[in-house]
Amino acid sequence: MNHHPTMNPTTARTAAQSHFRTLRLDTPFQPRIDALARTQDWYNWAGYRAPHSLWDEELEYFAIRSQAALFDISPMTKYRIEGPDAEAFLNRVTLRDVTKLKPGRVHYTAWCDDEGFVLDDGTLFRLSPTRFRLCSQERHLPWLLDSAIGFGVSIEEETEAVAGLALQGPTSFAVLRDAGFAGVEKLKIFDLAEFPHDGDTITISRTGFTGDLGYELFVPTEKALSLWDRLMTAGELRGIRAIGYTALNRARLEAGLIVANADFTTAGHAIRADRLRMPDEIGLGFMIDVEKGHFNGRRAILEARTKRKLRHVLVGLEIEGNIPAEHAIVYHKRSQEVGLVSAAMWSPMAKRNIAIASLARPFGDTMVEDLWVEIYAMRELQYQKLMKRAKVVQRPFIKLDRRTANPPADF
Amino acid sequence: MTSFDAIIIGGGHNGLVAAAVLAKSGRKVLVLEAADDVGGAARTEEFAQGFRVSSVAHVLNRLHPDVVKTLELERHGLQVARDDFAPSVALSKDGPLVLYGAYGEVLTGASSSEQSAWKELRAQLLRYAGILKPFLSRRPPDLAGMSLLETAALGQTALALKKLGKEDMRDFLRVLLMNVADLIDEQLSDDRLKGLLAFDATLGSHLGPRSPTSLLGLYYRLAGETGGIAGAQMLPKGGMGAVVAAIRAAAERAGVTIRAASPVARIIVEEGRAVGVALESGDVLHAKTIVSAVNPATTILDLVGPREVDTGFVRKVKNIRMKGDAAKLNLALDRPPQFAGVDAAGHKGRLVIAPSPDQVERAFNPCKYGEFSPEPVMEITLPSLADPSLAPAGACVLSAVVQYAPYVLKEGWSAGKPKFLKATMAQLETYAPGISKTVLHIELLTPADIEARYRMPGGHWHHGELQADQMLMSRPVSGWSGYDTPVEGLFLAGAGSHPGGGVSGAPGLNAARRIIAMRG
Repeated sequence: MNHHPTMNPTTARTAAQSHFRTLRLDTPFQPRIDALARTQDWYNWAGYRAPHSLWDEELEYFAIRSQAALFDISPMTKYRIEGPDAEAFLNRVTLRDVTKLKPGRVHYTAWCDDEGFVLDDGTLFRLSPTRFRLCSQERHLPWLLDSAIGFGVSIEEETEAVAGLALQGPTSFAVLRDAGFAGVEKLKIFDLAEFPHDGDTITISRTGFTGDLGYELFVPTEKALSLWDRLMTAGELRGIRAIGYTALNRARLEAGLIVANADFTTAGHAIRADRLRMPDEIGLGFMIDVEKGHFNGRRAILEARTKRKLRHVLVGLEIEGNIPAEHAIVYHKRSQEVGLVSAAMWSPMAKRNIAIASLARPFGDTMVEDLWVEIYAMRELQYQKLMKRAKVVQRPFIKLDRRTANPPADF
Repeated sequence: MTSFDAIIIGGGHNGLVAAAVLAKSGRKVLVLEAADDVGGAARTEEFAQGFRVSSVAHVLNRLHPDVVKTLELERHGLQVARDDFAPSVALSKDGPLVLYGAYGEVLTGASSSEQSAWKELRAQLLRYAGILKPFLSRRPPDLAGMSLLETAALGQTALALKKLGKEDMRDFLRVLLMNVADLIDEQLSDDRLKGLLAFDATLGSHLGPRSPTSLLGLYYRLAGETGGIAGAQMLPKGGMGAVVAAIRAAAERAGVTIRAASPVARIIVEEGRAVGVALESGDVLHAKTIVSAVNPATTILDLVGPREVDTGFVRKVKNIRMKGDAAKLNLALDRPPQFAGVDAAGHKGRLVIAPSPDQVERAFNPCKYGEFSPEPVMEITLPSLADPSLAPAGACVLSAVVQYAPYVLKEGWSAGKPKFLKATMAQLETYAPGISKTVLHIELLTPADIEARYRMPGGHWHHGELQADQMLMSRPVSGWSGYDTPVEGLFLAGAGSHPGGGVSGAPGLNAARRIIAMRG
């Protein structure tokens, strides 16, 4: 297994020692993003300087829903997993059946520790029969390497070597076509393919985190800026806009998607024992394939299912009124505390006040009546406490036909 | 084809004990042994024409009384008589010091003040070891969820602690994790006696007497008993193979089928459950319960394979420390050797070259850096003196456990072995002048040789270091110390499991009891 390029030890040490001089790393797209960053509103994404917003959160959100939004996903952790046993290895590490993932396809998956608690969720790209890319929020190299014992597979972190862009929104397909990516119209939802770019090759997948028509592009770092320019030029008349995370976060909530360490605490981060979550407790139970053979956490997950040890459930809520219930406590019969809202917003697309919440079973599971949320609305230095009725509803909160339409529509 | 309820992998003494106990419960049991004969590292083997010797383990000092009783070993040929208890002789250039009876009930060769100090220390050591003794014959406490019975048993230990009295209890807790050298420095002054205790505490482990927690090794030694007497030791007639023969006889009497020369290639796992084994010959055998009495790392990483268990578990198993430091020396001598100043009774005992704690510590130092001891310490027996059948008439067998010989030797054992042998022989020559000239044949087994010959990874007798972090609920790994494994229907029964190594049979017995309790 090779996971580190060989380097003279002294050079390597000197290089490693200077990491503190840059407090937040720049992504390969930083020169372009900096030029557009009017709000200078940054946050730390896995050690990178990433924008909350660039010019206006509201307009950035509407760029996703009515134009084409360009979002830098380079800080996402990326692993290259390759070898004759890569499929078997990933089948053991992750929850879903990887043998069903064909080359040229992507699936959303998650992985657990021995106790069946979720370490992270992420997307798995099958680039060839023996080559994969695993994208995730957290870093997992030691876990993946230890999981590789006994498998003919090499694992390499390629977060820095590969830059990524999400291009999302109704005109995203038209932008790519106009940029000259011939054949991109053939991509169905969760398909991926390679395309030439600037003397190199990039991967484009029809995936995203918005519930909208959209694509993700992976490019060697050296060709990042030319890709950005190519898209921006082609998208000028299609309303292409660079966006920050706040806008994306709204879109993902409408799409009903969860974020690690926002909607659940990953097993590697949780300090308190009762914060750990099994897939069935955060709405990821559908991924579990008990027929596929052994995978990490299988024994614990099956035991929890048979012995009814699942204690939480993640649900979508629709809340009366229009005040977002961000981090509100959920009550049963207005009095018994049964859970917490982890994300909430007034959805401009759904025209509903929506939320994602974690509840203690049986609430949200078999007992879904008479649920309430208590919203603290700050009004000129006074909290106005609102007790609002909440209804458990299906996720996603919005379903856009254009997300899956074939061929993708030309807006 | 006959079908079996339980298949035991590994016909070492623990595997045979587990098999016998399971068979007595009415189960149909098959034992699969890779080698041509059962017994593992507790065999009696011919190493030179007419010379036979206990293969690795050569002193019986901890065969568990429950094993003797449950298997009725005395009915099956095991002989334990008080007269057979062997003395321990601490060799020294200043003349030897002898501990008679059960670990020095009588001490000779020391000053009278030292004798009374020893009397007090011995009583204290046995008292404290006695607190730990009940742990040997049951599952380690399971912190996650204990049955009422287990909780009650733990409560009894707490009660035993309380019975010690306030001063003794405080002292027990004070010394528990001490190093042996500091403790004996508090109470003794004779270097020979201190050297012997330092040696016994560190025998078979990667510790020097001044390494933290080294005292635990001495407690482990003294928690063992022979013939109902704590601390007693004997050289079994016919070698260690005779003990295994008794266990084997008990197992066969109970209906156990034993198949030698049948190495297992893998454990078959279906849907998270062990359902059978595949032999190297290609044969496949199925059973409801699979018991592995071989090394835990071999079991999980090689036989089950990392793919069938979780990553965190693989991590833990890979981290079990098991690099042996003890070599075994077998000498065929044309006549019995004469150790200076030792009488005839002493020669039939256990002769220890460890003249002071400092010498043991110095012997340990190089092994931390992948080098062997230039002046090794060792435990010597001359089994043919008490049992002439082990050697041709007039000749003699010498069996010695020699420390420290690190499993991973920096220069490699092919280059290092002749040098280590020379150092070992030089030590012997010092204490038994002229011995070298009487040598007819030499067999030196380094940990690397022991690994290859007896399928013990790292050449480690205990199948995992017996140190505080690998004991009780951390043996073989935390979370899985109760003989069951994450693979349903697969159990561990070897020395790698609690309470650990030595010819005790306790892991095998405890595992079988667990399986019976779980209706496996």
